[in-house]
Amino acid sequence: MADRLGELARRFTGLLGSDSVITDPVRLRTYECDGLTVHRTTPGLVVLPTTAEQIAAVVTECVRTRTPYVARGSGTGLSGGALPRGDGVLIVTTRMRRVLEIDVVGRRAVVEPGVTNLAITQAALPHGYYYAPDPSSQQVCSIGGNLAENSGGAHCLKYGFTVNHVLAAEIVTPDGEIVTLDALDPGYDLLGAFVGSEGTLGIATKTTVRLTRLPEKVKTLLAAFESTEAGGRAVSAVIGAGIVPAAIEMMDALAIEAAEASVRCEYPPGAGAVLIVELDGPEEEVAAEYAQVVDLCSEAFEIRIAADDVERAAIWKGRKSAFAAVGRISPAYIVQDGVVPRTALPEVLARIDALSAEYGCRVANVFHAGDGNLHPLVLFDDADPRAGARAEELSGAILDLCVRHGGSITGEHGVGVDKSRYMPRMFSEDDLDAMHRLRCAFDPWNLCNPGKIFPTPRLCGEVPGVRRGVHPLVASGEAELW
Amino acid sequence: MVTADRGLFAALSRVCPDVREATEDDAITGVIPSWTAAPATAAEAAALMRLAAHHDLAVTARGAGTKLDWGNPPRRADLLVDLGNLDGILEHQAGDLVVRVQPGVRLDPLARILAEQGQQLALDDPVGGATVGGTISTAVCGPRRLRYGAPRDLLIGVTTVLADGTITRSGGKVIKNVAGYDLGKLFTGAFGTLGLVVEAVFRLHPLPAACAWLILNPADRATAVSAMRTLLHSQAAPSAIEWDSAQGPPEVAALFEGGAAESRAAALRRSLGDGRTSDRPPPWWGTHPDGTLIEVRFPVGRFSEVLGEIDEAARDHAVAARTRGGFGLLHVGVSEDPADAPDTAAFIMRIRGNLAALGGVVIVRRAAGAVRDRVDVWGPGGAVRLMRRVKERFDPQGLLSPGRLVGGV
Repeated sequence: MADRLGELARRFTGLLGSDSVITDPVRLRTYECDGLTVHRTTPGLVVLPTTAEQIAAVVTECVRTRTPYVARGSGTGLSGGALPRGDGVLIVTTRMRRVLEIDVVGRRAVVEPGVTNLAITQAALPHGYYYAPDPSSQQVCSIGGNLAENSGGAHCLKYGFTVNHVLAAEIVTPDGEIVTLDALDPGYDLLGAFVGSEGTLGIATKTTVRLTRLPEKVKTLLAAFESTEAGGRAVSAVIGAGIVPAAIEMMDALAIEAAEASVRCEYPPGAGAVLIVELDGPEEEVAAEYAQVVDLCSEAFEIRIAADDVERAAIWKGRKSAFAAVGRISPAYIVQDGVVPRTALPEVLARIDALSAEYGCRVANVFHAGDGNLHPLVLFDDADPRAGARAEELSGAILDLCVRHGGSITGEHGVGVDKSRYMPRMFSEDDLDAMHRLRCAFDPWNLCNPGKIFPTPRLCGEVPGVRRGVHPLVASGEAELW
Repeated sequence: MVTADRGLFAALSRVCPDVREATEDDAITGVIPSWTAAPATAAEAAALMRLAAHHDLAVTARGAGTKLDWGNPPRRADLLVDLGNLDGILEHQAGDLVVRVQPGVRLDPLARILAEQGQQLALDDPVGGATVGGTISTAVCGPRRLRYGAPRDLLIGVTTVLADGTITRSGGKVIKNVAGYDLGKLFTGAFGTLGLVVEAVFRLHPLPAACAWLILNPADRATAVSAMRTLLHSQAAPSAIEWDSAQGPPEVAALFEGGAAESRAAALRRSLGDGRTSDRPPPWWGTHPDGTLIEVRFPVGRFSEVLGEIDEAARDHAVAARTRGGFGLLHVGVSEDPADAPDTAAFIMRIRGNLAALGGVVIVRRAAGAVRDRVDVWGPGGAVRLMRRVKERFDPQGLLSPGRLVGGV
């Protein structure tokens, strides 16, 4: 294996230049994990290409030598989707960070994969546009990673996910070809299937995204409730009234406590839950909806309204820092990401409370209340050797709960390596087999980010009795393909 | 019926009682299959597919049959699987804004049922009478795609019967879900070449409290395009902006939905200095022009150039081209007189060639054989090689509507 990687390193140095190939063990170790640090593997080799052609050449070499490879953007993923292979190559796209085009008339931007999510918005803002999907890591996460994970964010309730905003992607396929997947092309929506495939169907090298017009008005309010039940009733009332807020987020008492300890967000004292509701759109529409929302939050004991962008940022500060903030109140914690139908939220939250008591682990709840996407934070003390396992078990029990209620084991963080073992709880063997057919169509050698998504290694095998390429009659000019 | 066929017919009726010999009414772009079977359950559909795979029967799926003349004629068609009897609304959780339906449910009655709860499946039905399954399989969309997206954007879960009869599911019943590959995406626009959709879960939207249309009658094309651009880039957030020249001089209409819809429309009318507002759409709204139907897809920013190319090609080839649509998607209606077929074909090839440079794609939807004989209805397509590989994995025997899709898939 070392020989093979050594040979590849030499070839890649020839292809990319020596400053684009990392073999030094100390430097390799800086790539050992993504945002989910519990899984670590030092990559065999790291390359830092600057063009699609270089990536294609690297992939071609990997295929020739049957070497597994993994693509990585900024490494902020939370499911180990960019976990490298010790016997493989890590292709890092951080040097490909040019915004190639901002086309305001056409409402689109063309960017390289290493461009950060926020950089697109920053480039578009002077024109009155922005890039709508906004994962919490948007300051650092790359658009290539966003495509791989189909990233969401607080505002996806109204505006949708990455997949709803990608118009085309140039990719390097797992056999080293550069192909453009365009939403305008007829036939299978390969672009849609590629987005969210967690880096297993190829590597995006150039992406065209839709830009969204800035709303005329944004109104943000924070409502404090005695309990999550009371907050949940307000959410149901808002959705029931036919309002689609830009965001509707909830934090429970423990999450608020953590945020206070960390960023002193100064949410109303004594709140059992806070709800952040953001409305955006045409001014008159927002004004009308806003009045309705205030009415529907009648159980709130305090409502704060952001008068300007500074106050809006203050309201969001606690929510946006919630994950990291939990570090202030617990030595260690697991960030969970599950989804339940929104109407099941009260029952599921009550059950999480019961599980928390049963396992003796505190659970802080932060969630996208509008679409039922829960982020329970399971707290534990990693000094206690058994606590980690217990927290892990509880975390898994929460996913079971989500699946039992007709939900999903992941709403936005992805399956990666972290949740592949939970896939059979949500999908049958036949379901996974159908997904694997797509995998095999793209990557018959299982070299492109192997070991992710699927719970057990699967082989592709040959397609039985299939003619490949052009029909002989067509090739000979005797028939036309219609 | 030869003996072998009679045996097959008996075998088919054993797994699906509602089977009969096909007639001209069952033709798929002119190809008449041998039998038509209408399964009553997904299990019957799966049994039919297993039997078809065993006996090497080519299968085409049909919903209401409103777009069965789109695409290529299949290279083979033995069995038409009519999914019209699978027409149940299985689950409507209003509080979750989600509906789970069978493929034979028609959009119209579904809309009425959802409206009772103040909700909608925000998909347009430009041909009229379409089923959910047909809408997914043809990926057809209309004016409101601007706000709500295409079928692929609203489909959140799908259950399918694959060519070998396996029933599989991907996605789920929640709007936010990234577990596993989203195979629903593959099945949208697949024209039944990957499997049968036997169940679909859609994201719903609240019905808007009010709708208002701003209708403009610009003096010329340049004014029309400029007004449409103003609408597109305005913060009044129109849900749809459409153009029509099929009725004569161009007319532009924009839909505003939700709070203060009428006053938002009126404000734009004032700033554009033209037009009227209405609580009803113009009669052409959300329909296709008559005649031979050509679909043109293009990047949003190219609207004016695309119209220009179409006009110029129409002039050069003496074709009366009626255009209708908006940013990114236009439909062109031309004469269906067989005598005009050579001109029509030349016109199609001309715009296909010229629009490619603008990132545009030209697809022939509804056309007589005389036109089809002269042009490839799909054009060259995009990642056709990858599509073929997907097809091979999902349908290795090549039994599902073989050749109906782009690239002979």
